[in-house]
Amino acid sequence: MAFKIVTSQCTACSACEPECPNNAIREKDGTFVIKPEKCTECIGYFDDPQCVAVCPVDDTCVIDNSYPRYVAA
Amino acid sequence: MNSHAGGVSTGADRPKSMEEVMQQVAEHKGCGTSGEGGKASCGSSGGPEDMDPAIWEKVKNHPCYSEEAHHHFARMHVAVAPACNIQCNYCNRKYDCANESRPGVVSEKLTPEQAAKKVLAVASTIPQMTVLGIAGPGDPLANPEKTFRTFELVAQTAPDIKLCVSTNGLALPEHVERLSQYNIDHVTITINMVDPEVGQHIYPWIFWKNKRWKGIDAARILHEHQMRGLEMLTERGILCKVNSVMIPGINDQHLVEVNKAVKSRGAFLHNIMPLISAPEHGTVFGLNGQRGPTAQELKALQDSCEGEMNMMRHCRQCRADAVGLLGEDRSAEFTTEKIESMDVHYDLEGRKAYQAAVEQERQATVAAKQAELADLEAEFSDVKVLIAVATKGHGRINEHFGHAQEFQIYELSTEGSKFVGHRRVDLYCQGGFGEEDTLPTVIRAINDCVAVFVAKIGGCPKDSLKAAGIDPVDKYAHEFIEQSAVKYFKEYLAKVKSGEIVHAARGDADIRQGAYIAA
Ligand code: SF4
Ligand code: SF4
Ligand code: SF4
Repeated sequence: MAFKIVTSQCTACSACEPECPNNAIREKDGTFVIKPEKCTECIGYFDDPQCVAVCPVDDTCVIDNSYPRYVAA
Repeated sequence: MNSHAGGVSTGADRPKSMEEVMQQVAEHKGCGTSGEGGKASCGSSGGPEDMDPAIWEKVKNHPCYSEEAHHHFARMHVAVAPACNIQCNYCNRKYDCANESRPGVVSEKLTPEQAAKKVLAVASTIPQMTVLGIAGPGDPLANPEKTFRTFELVAQTAPDIKLCVSTNGLALPEHVERLSQYNIDHVTITINMVDPEVGQHIYPWIFWKNKRWKGIDAARILHEHQMRGLEMLTERGILCKVNSVMIPGINDQHLVEVNKAVKSRGAFLHNIMPLISAPEHGTVFGLNGQRGPTAQELKALQDSCEGEMNMMRHCRQCRADAVGLLGEDRSAEFTTEKIESMDVHYDLEGRKAYQAAVEQERQATVAAKQAELADLEAEFSDVKVLIAVATKGHGRINEHFGHAQEFQIYELSTEGSKFVGHRRVDLYCQGGFGEEDTLPTVIRAINDCVAVFVAKIGGCPKDSLKAAGIDPVDKYAHEFIEQSAVKYFKEYLAKVKSGEIVHAARGDADIRQGAYIAA
């Protein structure tokens, strides 16, 4: 699994972008999106997913179930 | 006077006289100063006795800091830093930031390059523009690259513009060194508590060291950073102002402690602002019914902190991207689209000459007030009244009652007149002024005043004001506020003496709802 951003909730505040250890977050058409293939759920970097921890809107950075759980290499 | 003033180039590159510039500026604001010989200024004292002259030198032209400069000089904010590293219960960033004073108006987010161009365009058109701030939405120091890039770009072309940041303080200690390199000498920290027990009811969480901290831990870390940041600024001689949001039942009594704590760490101004909260803001406080203070509660708290240090009472909780004299918004002239097509020519010399001329006027007119003050009768030394003034700036009574978006409030006593705050009414009269149902809300906003000074007023509102016990005064139209106020107060005392009127305390007034609080 990776994380995804619920577009309708995102305020485009940009707080998550610089916090991502994998550079997985980019601005796209006025909101922010996570590239699932780059997201490691912060495993190997931090205890908490950084995007979730910094986002001012609850339930905006959420697990994307359409991807298999990330497994540390 | 001042006819020597240097040329101020606008886009057209034509040197203008001082009078022309004043006229041009006045026209922008919908009023004219012609017929007054271009003399449009006011003033009060040179510098507060309890302030270090070096500090006064730094603050006197800063429209956010100096009580009198806000009549003459302008500031602008650009919103380049949308991210924030904490959450405040009075802020709902889902819609727009706390700094937004008009719900529904979204601040325009700019890149540092767009922001720098906007600053130069504004400064070239409005010579009074002396201060650039980066405030919300968001925290400038949670977006250090964008903030510092903007400052760097502006400093290259416009070295005379002062730079300031408003921050919640969490990231301040790690950035103080860099701030001092950019030659930024004004920092505002919003400090609502010096006790984490209190803080936990204001801040649900902070993001620090790659972790979300909650509750009392969050408040403790924030508090420590705020205090350390303030001390570090003071050590480096960087001016620091403190903003506090007064939240009745949570930190209202506690702010006296905050006042002492920040003063002892070198803050030179403490600005206590009312919490503005309503359910439609969607903030925690808006939704849980937390009320803001009344005008009387706010003033009582400001008074109780007064002896301690300089209090700032003229903060208008301005919008993050506002342009203009405090309280007057010219943003519409400087949209990104318009700026892209502007050919900006920055005239540093012209700006300096203009600013020098304004300063001269300001000092020359202090005498007008002093003369009136001379013979106030000591026997009425405990009589104090408030008056509301409709003004567009320049220290004059030059606004029509019906057009006023805010009133300046002065307290009159035998000590003279003292500026004590603003009441905004713009939200009350969106449907066009003069409509009957908007008037009562305006009256409530200035209900604690004995009189309202205006340049002009219609017959209908005049009668309603009189019925509410507020004297509508238009005989001082276009004169200096403070001088007129003292004249009025003398008449008031004479009437009290002759028994024509009875002096009694007025009721309380409403603080306008519908605005958020500056970070
Ligand atoms: S969970 Fe971590 S790695 Fe994935 S997008 Fe969020 S910050 Fe980046
Ligand atoms: S932190 Fe949240 S609201 Fe801000 S840009 Fe990222 S996803 Fe959007
Ligand atoms: S008020 Fe300012 S500091 Fe507080 S959460 Fe909003 S943007 Fe951040």
